[in-house]
Amino acid sequence: MAEKGSEIRLDHVTKRYPGQKVAAVDDFSMVVPAGQIVVFVGPSGCGKTTTMRMINRLIEPTSGTITIGGEDALRIDPDELRRRVGYAIQQAGLFPHFTVAQNIGVVPGLLGWDKKKVDARVEEMMDLVGLDPGEFAGRFPRQLSGGQQQRVGVARALAADPPVLLMDEPFGAVDPITRGHLQDELLRLQGELHKTIVFVTHDFDEAVKLGDRIAVLGDRSTILQYDTPDAILANPADDTVAGFVGAGASLKALTLLRVRDVELGTAVTARVDAQPSTVDIDGERFVLVLDQRDRPLRWVHQNELRHASSLAGIGRPVQDSVTLQSTLRDALEAMVNEGGRAIVTGSRGEYVGTLDLTTVTEVVQRLRASA
Amino acid sequence: MNVLEYVADRWDRLSLQALLHVSAVVQCTVLATVLGVVIGVAVYRSPVGSALATALASTILTIPSFALLALLIPVFGLGADTTVVALVLYALLPIVRNTIVGLAGVDPAVSDAARGIGMSRTGVLTRVELRLAWPAILAGMRVATQMLMGIAVIAAYAKGPGLGSEVFSGLANAGSANSVNQALTGTIGVVILALLLDGVYVLVNRLTVSRGVRG
Repeated sequence: MAEKGSEIRLDHVTKRYPGQKVAAVDDFSMVVPAGQIVVFVGPSGCGKTTTMRMINRLIEPTSGTITIGGEDALRIDPDELRRRVGYAIQQAGLFPHFTVAQNIGVVPGLLGWDKKKVDARVEEMMDLVGLDPGEFAGRFPRQLSGGQQQRVGVARALAADPPVLLMDEPFGAVDPITRGHLQDELLRLQGELHKTIVFVTHDFDEAVKLGDRIAVLGDRSTILQYDTPDAILANPADDTVAGFVGAGASLKALTLLRVRDVELGTAVTARVDAQPSTVDIDGERFVLVLDQRDRPLRWVHQNELRHASSLAGIGRPVQDSVTLQSTLRDALEAMVNEGGRAIVTGSRGEYVGTLDLTTVTEVVQRLRASA
Repeated sequence: MNVLEYVADRWDRLSLQALLHVSAVVQCTVLATVLGVVIGVAVYRSPVGSALATALASTILTIPSFALLALLIPVFGLGADTTVVALVLYALLPIVRNTIVGLAGVDPAVSDAARGIGMSRTGVLTRVELRLAWPAILAGMRVATQMLMGIAVIAAYAKGPGLGSEVFSGLANAGSANSVNQALTGTIGVVILALLLDGVYVLVNRLTVSRGVRG
């Protein structure tokens, strides 16, 4: 049922506030390709949010045209338009007096869906963003953590299945770890949904991680460079862009590569209910113990294995792991935390492989060679 | 005859007066709420408008109730009309002020999100902003009601309905057989009714304020 993205076209769009000499947004033209994430990145006050808010007409452009999927956005009733364009903002902007389910069901309700369909959709959305409907549907926003609130914000934005999604620093107010998880999830969602997403941030790393294309914006929302992340990293258009890209470009490039893009190693694994004596150590020093659903639990040294009567409770717990969607930079982080190999898990948290430093070093060298 | 005997003896008249008293106060509070919320909604976006509305409502409150009644009687005559006008005017301040404070206290991000996902201007106001301001408005109504319970006693001076007439005739006939009983019954009656109404507010608060915003 998911509706794929539509192309957004901004053509000579200008916003001039009365009484101000310079325009807030000056002659902005851009095509946002259907089904892609385009990130507007730039310093505070450069007009990136203003530009985004003109797409759903929270701010009316002074001149220029905006089309969404070929339709002139300026000719649609603004409220109608906004119901067809998902909108997620910093700190989620959830309605504190509505439950999670009511928050997510607002837009379908505005569109006049019948109650049964709304309820089903709310449940589907909660599953999609990884919140258990049974546990969270009746909760109020203040009973959620920051990360959970953002998930609800995204679910609300997606509830009416809009082809276009506008996100204004949606992960700006959560801690870095949660932000990383939310970014991973957005990419996972996008892999399923293929919406057209305009994402505003001032964090270049976030832009590199999320964007299919990045628009680096300067004052009055002038486009300094509009290209793919690797092109911008490899070849910044001017000094301002280069300054924004910042130091450590090759480390940043690691955020462009995902764990699924590189070859994974394997570890010797054993189910937690297996007999220690039956585990085939295969010349390795460590065995990875998995639970009944194949999720990694602990690393057990061969010496421990020899003396243990059961695999439960021995060894060192797994500190950190990465998913197939994680970036190589996250994997590097996990390796440092784990002190060796990083464990890679699939979508249900099940073990799929390991990643070691040699692999990452090889990737970095290949990147350098090609740049 | 002690107070209890007096109350038992005059129960029919007293209970009617009590009922009229409460009814006048409640109706005036409701009327003032409608007016106050309309005024609050009209001005809350403008700092000047908010300050003006609050100042005006405060000014009304500084007029002694006796004086206000005296001013109103020539216009509205003796009886219920004058009482209603006076009570509504007095109730306006806490309600207008709390409406403005409540609406201004709504997180701009929440209003922005409401607009951004396609709620109409009226929808944002009725489904989000007023709902979030409601606890503050209700607190204003509660203060207004308590205040009106006392002022309604004075309204008996303008021949308004309620227990005020007991107090007034008790005071006017000081020294006669039942004067103390009358004054006491009126006063204590008002206090009891005020406490009962306050209890009702606690209940209304429980029933109408979302658990998501209840303190």
